[in-house]
Amino acid sequence: MIRLQQIQRVFQVGEEEVHALRNVDFSADKGEYIAIMGPSGSGKSTLLNIIGLLDRPDGGTYELDSIMTTTLNDREQAHVRRHKIGFVFQFFHLVPRLTAEQNVELPLVLAGVDKDERHLRVRETLGAFGIGDRARHRPDQLSGGQRQRVAIARATIMKPSVILADEPTGNLDRASGNDVVHILEELNRQAITLIMVTHDPELGERAKRRIKMVDGGIEEDTGS
Amino acid sequence: MHFRDIILFSMQASTASRGRTILMLLAMAIGVSSVILLISLGDSARRYVIDQFASLGTNLLIVLPGRSETTGGPPPLLGETPRDLTLDDAIALTQSSVIRRVAPIVAGSAPVSVRQLEREMIILGSSAELLEVRRLSMNQGNFLPPGDLRRGENVCVIGSGGKQELFGNQKALGQWVRIGDRRFRVIGVLAQIGVSLGEDMSEVVIIPVAVAQSLFNTESLFRIVVEATSEDAIARAKEAVLSIIRSRHEGEDDITVITQDAVLATFNKIFKALTMTVGGIAAISLVVAGIMIMNIMLVAVSNRRAEIGLLKALGAPRHQIMGLFLTESALLSIAGAVLGFLLAYGTMELLAGFFPEYSLALALWSPFIAASLALGTGIVFGVMPAKRAAMLEPALALSRR
Repeated sequence: MIRLQQIQRVFQVGEEEVHALRNVDFSADKGEYIAIMGPSGSGKSTLLNIIGLLDRPDGGTYELDSIMTTTLNDREQAHVRRHKIGFVFQFFHLVPRLTAEQNVELPLVLAGVDKDERHLRVRETLGAFGIGDRARHRPDQLSGGQRQRVAIARATIMKPSVILADEPTGNLDRASGNDVVHILEELNRQAITLIMVTHDPELGERAKRRIKMVDGGIEEDTGS
Repeated sequence: MHFRDIILFSMQASTASRGRTILMLLAMAIGVSSVILLISLGDSARRYVIDQFASLGTNLLIVLPGRSETTGGPPPLLGETPRDLTLDDAIALTQSSVIRRVAPIVAGSAPVSVRQLEREMIILGSSAELLEVRRLSMNQGNFLPPGDLRRGENVCVIGSGGKQELFGNQKALGQWVRIGDRRFRVIGVLAQIGVSLGEDMSEVVIIPVAVAQSLFNTESLFRIVVEATSEDAIARAKEAVLSIIRSRHEGEDDITVITQDAVLATFNKIFKALTMTVGGIAAISLVVAGIMIMNIMLVAVSNRRAEIGLLKALGAPRHQIMGLFLTESALLSIAGAVLGFLLAYGTMELLAGFFPEYSLALALWSPFIAASLALGTGIVFGVMPAKRAAMLEPALALSRR
């Protein structure tokens, strides 16, 4: 469960103050499928970053699974990110020197999970996403679609309650894009909340709830 | 995160960017090896001097005329004329029970000639005891005969180098040489020993002390070398020397007694200070290496912004990121230190091969110095880049590709 109240985010660009988010109220229940849409600069990525605790709001409160995150310190926020949130990025953000397997393993390594358990979980996850045979390939030896699958595998290995995807198909051709969306929707069917930023209207149409952002505010919300 | 995984992650990160890693290793290796080498050279020099001193003989005291200590009292109105050390003083010293041997020494230089060949050489007037006191050994013939110090025959013992110069490959034993205006019979040739503290014993001519006194027309001695009965007796022997001479010099303490261990300790101190100074100078190159590490790590942090942002997104708190980057610079520093140690070791072996007489060797504690210096440098200069990595805003770090 996500609840944002009166969230503000102001960036200082030179002399000017840019209001990326103006008093945004937003909430989502567990298992929802939400698309955030809007023109570039409308604040949709900023909203996603704040939901993902990658960015701190300048005002307002944010509650995630009844944890008041806005008062947490760095270590506690990191803990929340680690266990509750999975990220999928437009540019995949795989570590280029690590193999697919090692990239997926990374969250477990950071969390200090034991080696045997790590291997078991990684193998299981890679298999589930159909990239078991690519385990020992490095990102530059994988296709775009495969890279995003690895990234999704990495996002889900800690069994998060929310997956945040920022333009997950933006860097893929249509076929692999569809592929990736199907995988994300399948995860959503397993009761994981899916919040996706996109400006592809076709992709937005698939979501059960659509939010349209303009100029740092929510202009239209089909669901709540 | 497990310790093993931290090490593994950092190692992978450093091997991924090879050029950067090689540069860092090189800087560190040069810094560490110069510190080790200079410290070890200083230490080798110290050991060389100490060994040389010890080879002079053991439990020695050297008695010099005149006093080198200042007492702090007002200066004497009429000035102080130190009494000379005389042969009788030396003979008096033999009475003490803590003194085993006494070798009075008169030194000077005089022309030494064999037929047409003439050389200016150092003449030592001494006694039979000198052989034992200075640990000399004979190649041919005998050393000066024991007997009354006040009398002496016109005999001489020559060093191996002097023998070569004066006689070449011909027989020297039993031959006559002219020293000044007197003729001496050669009764012995010293075995070859090395230079000890600049005093080349192979180039001297040793004659009985009484003869030397009349040759140089002097009553005074250059010094008296005294050997105590044992190491424990050195202090008592010093007291004995002082009190015997005082009673003979009308109650004046007008001599200086140097004990060998005091000289050794002084040399030890001087060389240690020297070693530390030189090592400190070499440490500057370590600072340069440290700054290089800092620079390269800063570049690494900005090159890996996206990765750092990702690590944060995956749940790494600041201190973990900082730990990863610090580990990386520490690992590189240690690897650099190992390389530097090997470099220093190789150079030292090479030098030791060229100069075998100086017994060059790496100081035993140099590996520990190298390791701790490198680790210290790596961590101190790694803190700033690691901090910068830890403080990166994840949203910002991830937004650029």
